[in-house]
Amino acid sequence: MSKVLILAEHDKGALKKVTLNTLAFARQYVAKFGGSYDFAVLGHNVAGVAEALRGYGAGAVHLADHADLAHPIASAWAKVLADLAKSIGADMVVAPATTTGKDVLPRTAVRLGAGMASDIIALTDSGAFARPMWAGNLTGNVKISTANKVISVRASAFDAAEATGGQSPVVAFAADPALASTRVKFVSFDGVQSTRPDLAEATTIVAGGRGLKDRFYAVTEPLADVLGAAIGATRAAVDDGYAPNDLQIGQTGKVVAPQLYFAIAMSGAVQHLAGMKNSKVIVAINKNPDEPIFKVADYGLVADAFVAVPELTAQIKALRG
Amino acid sequence: MKILVSAKRVSDPNAKLAIAKDGKWIEGDVEYILNPFCENAIECALQIAEANEGTETVAIGIGDDETARFIRQGALARGIDRGILVSAEEASIDSDLIARIYQGVVHREKPDIVLLGKQAIDGDSNQVGQLLAEYLGWPQATFASKVEVSGNKAIVTREVDGGLETLEVSLPCVITADLRLNEPRFASLAGIMKAKKKPFDELEIDDLDLEDTDTKVQIVGLSTPSGRKAGVIVKDVEELVQKLRSEARAI
Ligand SMILES: Cc1cc2nc3c(=O)[nH]c(=O)nc-3n(C[C@H](O)[C@H](O)[C@H](O)COP(=O)(O)OP(=O)(O)OC[C@H]3O[C@@H](n4cnc5c(N)ncnc54)[C@H](O)[C@@H]3O)c2cc1C
Ligand SMILES: Cc1cc2nc3c(=O)[nH]c(=O)nc-3n(C[C@H](O)[C@H](O)[C@H](O)COP(=O)(O)OP(=O)(O)OC[C@H]3O[C@@H](n4cnc5c(N)ncnc54)[C@H](O)[C@@H]3O)c2cc1C
Repeated sequence: MSKVLILAEHDKGALKKVTLNTLAFARQYVAKFGGSYDFAVLGHNVAGVAEALRGYGAGAVHLADHADLAHPIASAWAKVLADLAKSIGADMVVAPATTTGKDVLPRTAVRLGAGMASDIIALTDSGAFARPMWAGNLTGNVKISTANKVISVRASAFDAAEATGGQSPVVAFAADPALASTRVKFVSFDGVQSTRPDLAEATTIVAGGRGLKDRFYAVTEPLADVLGAAIGATRAAVDDGYAPNDLQIGQTGKVVAPQLYFAIAMSGAVQHLAGMKNSKVIVAINKNPDEPIFKVADYGLVADAFVAVPELTAQIKALRG
Repeated sequence: MKILVSAKRVSDPNAKLAIAKDGKWIEGDVEYILNPFCENAIECALQIAEANEGTETVAIGIGDDETARFIRQGALARGIDRGILVSAEEASIDSDLIARIYQGVVHREKPDIVLLGKQAIDGDSNQVGQLLAEYLGWPQATFASKVEVSGNKAIVTREVDGGLETLEVSLPCVITADLRLNEPRFASLAGIMKAKKKPFDELEIDDLDLEDTDTKVQIVGLSTPSGRKAGVIVKDVEELVQKLRSEARAI
């Protein structure tokens, strides 16, 4: 019997949906191998996040609310998360493979003497964890041979879990991050302001590449607006300063799998495909018919994006009235 | 100041990969390159050294004799002062053991900063830096896109979900490099010549007093995920809209 502890991801006091994708993994795991799951909410003034998780069938929602946890400083969060796991006898700790999860979980694993598998996309019947390697060109099945296990979950590979009703108790955990956080100071956060859906949560994504140059937003925004879509970018578009780092999709950026993905003026490098090739429908718009992006696209349009995308935007707008 | 920096080799990302017979790694005559993130880490180490006189830079690679070439040509030829190869059969090490090997080297070398790549582009685990920091009890600043060292502190800007975070970490610390941290320099011909004469140590894992050399995570099988098939080329925007609407039902 396993006890799985799920680290909740939240932002500005609101629960992030990737937590529910991660929950879907945990439910699969306990359905296969037996056991139960609890949530861990770390932060400061985050009782609302704990409250939002009560209807999801957890044994308990543990709330570690402490001023020194206000920012996800890895050394402090890992200490508290591992302390909590030990105190409740959890033998598996999971979190979404976000930048926070990637930062905090390995340190947690060391504290628990656990092996860690990153970016899990599936579970096998024998208890191996499937994970993409080589930019997703190969899938590795890995076994963790330690009694305690730490897993980061690729959210796009699991459908968000539904609420099950019920009211899990919220249990306060007396967090003691102090020693672990003294040698790190949070200085500032330069956040991307956006009213659009999160890339991880969007059902449609309009992504642009280097070909859009400094008209990146002029081309992508109107289309994203009519579709209620999130905007994404290639590394080259970010490197050249047309889009912020938060929008990068790929091997080293975010991994997404929306219903509809527009790949505009991008070549389709393996490292970009690694982050979007599991989208349901892919549309490629590129002026060069030989680009690899057309090999993964369901619909390809060979055209100048500066002409085609505004036209596409106008036609969809007209259609929607 | 002393900086320890990584030099790991990885298969060329454009190489066609063939799964080895035992199903646990790749095989064949794959071209290897220096892990791109290690190139950024090396460049960062060199820039810190240039700005802080008296800084010693040491590159470390864990692997077989082939790895030595990447330490020499990837790190020493670019200007790193000396190299350390820890001999290991890569098939029998995981991220955790790599981190403990680093810990052993840190105990010998006593660096102020360990600079690694944020991930290796073969295993893609994104773990070693964080594991090492916890084993050492040091602060970490991962996914760095800007590093400034002054006195016994580093101010590091990190690429995280939602934007850019800046942390101040006290030395000694572990920093992992992201790709936008810098533009790695090329090795000059003079650098390549000099690299041949730079100090180069070879260590065995046994030299490092690790508690054990067990791995915690093992690959039990590799497979090729089912690929996507190319779809259709539409003739114009109108046909695209029509297909998205009636065929894909996506808009
Ligand atoms: C270690 C490593 C990690 C990486 N990680 C990532 C990652 O996470 N994400 C990522 O995206 N990349 C990543 N890359 C970079 C990747 O290899 C490519 O360089 C990058 O994806 C290219 O971006 P692009 O397609 O926008 O640019 P380009 O390859 O330059 O393509 C531009 C495209 O625009 C088209 N175009 C130009 N003008 C027009 C026009 N007017 N109308 C229509 N089409 C036009 C061109 O035909 C071309 O296809 C990584 C690379 C490395 C080495
Ligand atoms: C030829 C070859 C054969 C291999 N065979 C196997 C095998 O059969 N089974 C298996 O499980 N693994 C095998 N490996 C993988 C290897 O042993 C490491 O486990 C793996 O490459 C590390 O990647 P990661 O994703 O765990 O590291 P990450 O956590 O993504 O790496 C982060 C950073 O740690 C540093 N780092 C990582 N590895 C090294 C290193 N070796 N030397 C110096 N710095 C490093 C780098 O700075 C890197 O950017 C093989 C590797 C090679 C090159």
